[in-house]
Amino acid sequence: MFTAIIARDIRLILRQGGGAGMSLGFVLTVIVMIPLGIGPDHEVLSQIAPGIMWIALLLSVLLSADRIFRADYEDGSLELMGLGVLPLELVVLAKAVVHWLTSALPLSLTTPLFGIFLNLDPSLFSTLGLAMITGSATLSLMGCVGGAVTLGLRRGGLVISILILPLYVPILVFGLSASVGSMGADHVFNTSFLMLIAFALASVVLCPVAAAGILRAHFR
Amino acid sequence: MKERTGKQKLMYRYASPTQFLVLLRRVLPWCTGVTVVLFALGLYGALLAAPPDYRQGEMVRIMYVHVPAAWMAMLIYTVIALASATALIWRHPLADLAGMTAAPIGACFTFLAMITGSLWGKPMWGAWWVWDARLTSVFLLFLLYLGYIGIWRVIEHPGRAARVAAIMGLVGFINVPVIKFSVSWWNSLHQPASVLRIGGPAIAPSMLWPLVIMGLAYFTLYITLHLIAMHTGIVNRRIRMLELRKIGE
Repeated sequence: MFTAIIARDIRLILRQGGGAGMSLGFVLTVIVMIPLGIGPDHEVLSQIAPGIMWIALLLSVLLSADRIFRADYEDGSLELMGLGVLPLELVVLAKAVVHWLTSALPLSLTTPLFGIFLNLDPSLFSTLGLAMITGSATLSLMGCVGGAVTLGLRRGGLVISILILPLYVPILVFGLSASVGSMGADHVFNTSFLMLIAFALASVVLCPVAAAGILRAHFR
Repeated sequence: MKERTGKQKLMYRYASPTQFLVLLRRVLPWCTGVTVVLFALGLYGALLAAPPDYRQGEMVRIMYVHVPAAWMAMLIYTVIALASATALIWRHPLADLAGMTAAPIGACFTFLAMITGSLWGKPMWGAWWVWDARLTSVFLLFLLYLGYIGIWRVIEHPGRAARVAAIMGLVGFINVPVIKFSVSWWNSLHQPASVLRIGGPAIAPSMLWPLVIMGLAYFTLYITLHLIAMHTGIVNRRIRMLELRKIGE
C-alpha cells in the first residue's frame, strides 16, 4: 500500500509534467536574477553563492509544498486513503517521499551545477550537494505540514511561507555551514552534516504525525 | 482516585463559559488594580529611584521596559503551547480560546521588545538593528506568532482552525529551542565585528528591584489583557450563536 501510493503519485507527476521541471526553472530564474540585482562582481557573487543556492532551494520546495495534498484532497481520494488499512501518518510519509523524490532531490542534484553562474568554488559542489540532499528531506517533510494547513484555503501560498519559513531556519543555518564549512575546517562540515541528518530523522518521526493530525481536522 | 477526581473537578468547574464569565468578572477588577499599582511602583523605581549606569548613563532605563517585554514574549508562547496541548489532550472548551487570544498579545510584547531593543541599540551599538543571535531569534519568534495568528485568520471554519492552530502551536514550540540553538551556531560562525555585551557583571540590587517589579507589572498586565480578550472572545461566540439562531428562525 505504502509503495503503491508512492508509485501512483510518481507516475501521476511524471505524466502530468511540470513537477520537477518547473521547480528547476524557478531556481534557475532566481539565480539569474541575483547578478542582475547585485551586480556582476565575481568576488561578491562567489561569496554569496552558497547562501543564494540554499534560499532558492528553500523557496522552491515551499512553493511546491501546497500542492502535496491538494489534488487528492479536492477529489476526495485523500480521505479514502485515510480510511484504508494504512494509517494516515504513513500516507503522509509516502506523500513526503514522493515530494522529496520529484521536487527536492532533483533540485539538490542540479542546483550545485547552477553555481557555475554565480562563480561558486567548484570544490564546494560535492559538499553543497550532499548537504542539500540531506537537508531537503527535512524541507519536504515540514512542507507536508504546511501543505496540510493550507488545504482548502484561497490564500494558501502566503500563509505557508509565514508559517513554514521560520521553521526552515535551522536547516538553512546548518546546511549553509555544512556547505561552506568544508572550505576551512573539516569538523564544521562533520558537525553540521550530522545535525542535518538528526533533523531529518527527527522530522521523519514528528512531521507525519503533525500533518496527519491537521489533515484529520480538515476531514471533520 | 479521589485526588484525580478532585483535580478533574477543578479543571472542569470553569470549563463552562458561563461559570468562567462569572469568575472573570469577579477577578478582573483585582487584576487591573494590581497592575496599576505595580506599574506605578515599577515606573517610579525605574525612572526615578534607580541610579544611572556608570557606562550607559540614563540610557540604561530602557532596560526596565525592554527586558520584561522580552520575558513576556517567551512566556506567552509557552502559554500558547500549554493551551494547545490542553485543547488537543483534554478537549477543554476554553483552551482554544486561550491560545487564540494570547497570540496577538504575545506578538505585541515581542514587537515592543524589538522596538525598545532597537531604540536602546542605536545609542549603545550605533545601529538600530544588529544580527545578533538573541535579536534574530526574537525576530523569528515574532514570525512564529504571526504564522499562528494567520492560521486563525485564514481558516474560516472555527473548529477546524482551532485544531490546526493547536497542532501548529505545538510544532512551533518544539522548534523554538532548535531555532534558538541554530541561530547562536550561525552567529558564532560569522560573528559581526563586535557587539557590546550588556549585563557584564551581576546587576546591582538598586537596579534589580525596579526590574523585578516591572517584570511583575508586565506579567499582571498580560494576565489582565488576556482575561479581557477571553471575555471578548466568549461574548463574540455568543453573538455569533445568536445570529445563527436568528437565521434559523
